[in-house]
Amino acid sequence: MRRYYDLVLRPLIDENPITLQILGICSALAVTTSVSTALTMSVAVTVTVVLSSAAVSLIRNHIPPSIRMIVQITIVASLVIVIDQFLKAYAFEMSKQLSIYVFLIVTNCMVMGRIEAFAMRNPVGPSVLDALGNSLGYSLVLLIVGSIRELFGTGNLLGYSVFPTVADGGWFEPLSLMLLAPSAFFIIGVLIWLIRALRPAQIEEPDFALVAEHEEARS
Amino acid sequence: MAELNPLRWWRSLLAAPNTSPLKTLVVALMVALVCAVVVSVTAVTLRPLQQANLAAERQARMQEMLANLPGVEDLISGAGGGSLDVVLVDLDTGEPVENMDPATFDQRAAAADPATSREIPEEADIARLKRRSNFAPVIAVRRAGELALLVLPVHGAGYESQLYGYLAIEGDLNTIAALTFYEHGETPGIGARIADPEWEQLWPGTEIADAEGNLRVEVVRGRATEPYQVAGLTGATRTSTGVSNLVRFWLGEYGFGPFLERLKSGEIKL
Repeated sequence: MRRYYDLVLRPLIDENPITLQILGICSALAVTTSVSTALTMSVAVTVTVVLSSAAVSLIRNHIPPSIRMIVQITIVASLVIVIDQFLKAYAFEMSKQLSIYVFLIVTNCMVMGRIEAFAMRNPVGPSVLDALGNSLGYSLVLLIVGSIRELFGTGNLLGYSVFPTVADGGWFEPLSLMLLAPSAFFIIGVLIWLIRALRPAQIEEPDFALVAEHEEARS
Repeated sequence: MAELNPLRWWRSLLAAPNTSPLKTLVVALMVALVCAVVVSVTAVTLRPLQQANLAAERQARMQEMLANLPGVEDLISGAGGGSLDVVLVDLDTGEPVENMDPATFDQRAAAADPATSREIPEEADIARLKRRSNFAPVIAVRRAGELALLVLPVHGAGYESQLYGYLAIEGDLNTIAALTFYEHGETPGIGARIADPEWEQLWPGTEIADAEGNLRVEVVRGRATEPYQVAGLTGATRTSTGVSNLVRFWLGEYGFGPFLERLKSGEIKL
């Protein structure tokens, strides 16, 4: 039983796909300008990862190794199209804001990562739990980044005014940088730093040691 | 020996090693088939909803623009004794098209079909459209029998997306009454400000052409110094240039130019 909890809970912080595995960064930069887009993207990614993990895990014993990746991508891509169609039909405003980023879920490394690393080797139940855990971990980071960017970039949270901006007669001057992609990089960087300061086990061994220049010249 | 019982054939196939070419082929086909069915069923069942959304969006932006113009609200509500008509215009000749229903005309579909569109010569294609439809719908708002407002659909390339909007011209056919964009994918906070009220309100009153009839309207960097100019958005130079170009294109020779000419000279009446 403990094992199943772990599948869902470990990816939240200890094995977070964004801050530890550094997967799915591209969409984390693009869709976190506001909480509502981050939330929609999180739901879309969660549905995609969970359903595709279940589908791949279901047929994992019959996927020929030579076309393994193609089969996985076909399944993920189909699910993404279905989700995009649903967004266009039921959340039209949101689909306009997310535009191509919904389609880019296909190339979200986290989706393929979970399928390749977990769903290909495990039964449906654990695969779904693992997918759920990872997408919740991903959503958590997206929501944190989205909240910070929307709050400091516009003074709002979920569209409701928190800091009254100068334009509306308040005191808060919005930081336009927060609405641009680099700010997401900074925030994710700080998050990774914080988590690794609290959990030193996540710090990676450097692949190469630094060589001082004069030493190199001597040898 | 070939297996004839399909159920047994299926079982033997599943039992075959995953490296077998036949199984590879069958698995690939099955996955493709199932995915194709799932995708097509969703797309087809959800299409009516999606189209209703798009139509509602267009309608909403148009209503919003008209509502923001002085005096038009009374017209729409019918109090001012005015009327609102959609007319289909042949862009090449500038003549209204009589035998087609403007309500069912889809300008985007028409622009994509070679039979209902024409190629724009490269040097004239400042809005970077490549093709434009032969016909375009125009909305005429009349007050006491006189043309009070003309609403033209415009579109063109911005910095990273196509911009779609409506340009409203006053009854003198030389003053812009409003410009609004209902669909674009420009950078949030930068180019996307073209749809902000702060920028939209710079447009009313801008003049289109000078006394000699030269098309003068443009978006400029920095401050607007002439009645033909609108101040561009700081930091969004390419989006501003795109808007400038698309406005000039649609008011020019390959856009509504011929139609506006004929309206001005009184050859046609709306």
